[in-house]
Amino acid sequence: MVIDDLIEIAEKERASRKKTVVRCCMAAGCMSSHSDTVKAGLEKAVKDAGLADRVEVRGVGCMRLCCQGPLVGVDPGRNLYVKVTPEDAPALVASIDKPGSALNRGDPDHAFFKKQHSIVLANSGEIDPERIESYIEADGYRGLHAVLREMTPKDVVASMIKSGLRGRGGAGYPTGLKWATVAKTPGAQKYVVCNGDEGDPGAFMDRSVLESDPHSVLEGMAIAAYAVGASQGFIYVRAEYPLAIKRLQTALRQAKQLGLLGSGIFESPFNFTIDIRIGAGAYVCGEETALMASIEGKRGTPRPRPPFPAESGLWGCPTLINNVETLANIPPIIRHGAEWYAAIGTEKSKGTKVFALAGKIANTGLIEVAMGTTLRQIVEEMGGGAPDGGTIKAVQTGGPSGGCIPASELDTPVDYESLTRLGSIMGSGGMIVMDESTKMPEVARYFMEFCMDESCGKCIPCRAGTVQMHNLLDKIVKRKASAADVARLEELCEMVARTSLCGLGQNAPNPVVSTLRFFRNEYLELLGPATANKTEAS
Amino acid sequence: MQHASGDKRFKILEAHIKKFQGRQDALIEVLHKAQELFGYLEDDLLLFVAFRLKLPPGRVYGVATFYHFFKLKPQGAHTCVVCLGTACYVRGSDRILAAVENEAKIKAGETTEDKQLSLLTARCIGACGIAPAVVYDGVPSPRQTPELALAQVKGWLSHGH
Repeated sequence: MVIDDLIEIAEKERASRKKTVVRCCMAAGCMSSHSDTVKAGLEKAVKDAGLADRVEVRGVGCMRLCCQGPLVGVDPGRNLYVKVTPEDAPALVASIDKPGSALNRGDPDHAFFKKQHSIVLANSGEIDPERIESYIEADGYRGLHAVLREMTPKDVVASMIKSGLRGRGGAGYPTGLKWATVAKTPGAQKYVVCNGDEGDPGAFMDRSVLESDPHSVLEGMAIAAYAVGASQGFIYVRAEYPLAIKRLQTALRQAKQLGLLGSGIFESPFNFTIDIRIGAGAYVCGEETALMASIEGKRGTPRPRPPFPAESGLWGCPTLINNVETLANIPPIIRHGAEWYAAIGTEKSKGTKVFALAGKIANTGLIEVAMGTTLRQIVEEMGGGAPDGGTIKAVQTGGPSGGCIPASELDTPVDYESLTRLGSIMGSGGMIVMDESTKMPEVARYFMEFCMDESCGKCIPCRAGTVQMHNLLDKIVKRKASAADVARLEELCEMVARTSLCGLGQNAPNPVVSTLRFFRNEYLELLGPATANKTEAS
Repeated sequence: MQHASGDKRFKILEAHIKKFQGRQDALIEVLHKAQELFGYLEDDLLLFVAFRLKLPPGRVYGVATFYHFFKLKPQGAHTCVVCLGTACYVRGSDRILAAVENEAKIKAGETTEDKQLSLLTARCIGACGIAPAVVYDGVPSPRQTPELALAQVKGWLSHGH
């Protein structure tokens, strides 16, 4: 494979494109509403109408407005159809030539779409994720070619540092610095690991990226491997994402066939192979040291850091671990340049962030916005506010490690520092909207139950502390607690956060701390009247 | 050496182990395959895997019990997985779970006596855009209610009565 072959594939793909493209969402959300039968219906309708020579029905990745699925888009014209059924197919195909039918139409000019800034999701909903040619047509693997032929590994690392990209898995560590550390560490064997163990409940960004644009992650990994000097990669995906696993396997096979993975890529001395490792349902495996233990076939328990994986990772070798979304950002950064990327976002948080918008909100689905967009813009303008005339009470970000941001703070811009200041975290990108019917102490208990079950049991503060905190929260919710119990709860939060071994335990108290900070009244109202009086008297 | 039972599934598993050149770090991949073939991981099967990968049985048992995905008991003919992710939770998945528990007279994680239904919960299946979601026999269904879930499950429960 040389660059001319790549260009030829892209041109061939472009030349064979038909006049009209009917895009049918084939990501997991729409698939559960049977978008596969919708696609089959559309294909049949096109054939029946005798339009097969100028209309293409294309299965694409996530088209974002999951709550209205199955979604179908028709180009040119940017027509969007929602809640499409297989029975709608003939009418939809007929509307290609005669617009204005009685189908359910979506509004592609709604703020939900208009305010999006697509970098990671640029191909999502556009290309066919099961065909590498479709990715190549969208300039795929051009970034990999550019780094292999025109840049030294040092240039690539420098470019990453300049772009200001920070880890999208939650912690926000500068990606370029991580790469530089791995590149600097000597070692004959190095590894690149893609963390696709998206365990936070309420987060489905990585699933969508893997299902919609798997090659962008593979290309990102290959570029990273060249920069740090690795020859072997692993993608760790949760078993709960069978469709993502299937598409990744297809993508890997196609990339290998074309020589875009394997040995001597683009006729350079660079070799890189990727293996998939499937998780088995352990939340803690999202923590990097636990994830590495799991890849090695062991119980997924974390270990103390340092040494960091960059120095001693998989089988003791230097290992670069990046999240799915981080890696999907790499090819566009290489193609458009670090300056282009650094110009997007805020001073300290560059680029865009993908969020999974869900919960008590009218428009649920996937959004990608520039860093610095306010929560209000996301929730009210794009999300359309609470459904059925309800009022938004809080927005939860960061999953069980994050916190609840009250409606009064909705003007906060979304960036790493602002969310941390509010006692929450950026996290991987789950954003759950809660309305007045959601009771905050119950939410805190819900997350604590999660952490209690998912604690791996290695360190005592987390193993025992989460159980004790859960018991106290349960007592509060059941109106059996006293003010002393709340005080004990706060004390435990502090202790578990300070002394736990890994991020799971260190952040487990966050939902409790943040709800106590902003919704303390709800806790106090649940304390028995006798004890409430006692506190006032004392 | 063949497995004493002569069960062909052991041969398939063995071929899978060979694909990984018997590498010990492939343990989780091998257990996935074993569960796919046999439905659950009984002690005999775990011992077979330990022997083939030259791992201490304790190590294999330790891994099998650590991960939620691995089942050590036989599952029912049908499975109903209620997602308890945050988005599903704020949209009432706890009520769906309670309704099914009540109807089937089992708790989450259990299987009915007639081995027809296993009721399970998931931490989050990533289908938050269509919450609350329930997975019936491997197929996710969007926007569920206690009534919809009961209608689905009742058909399975009445079998064999």
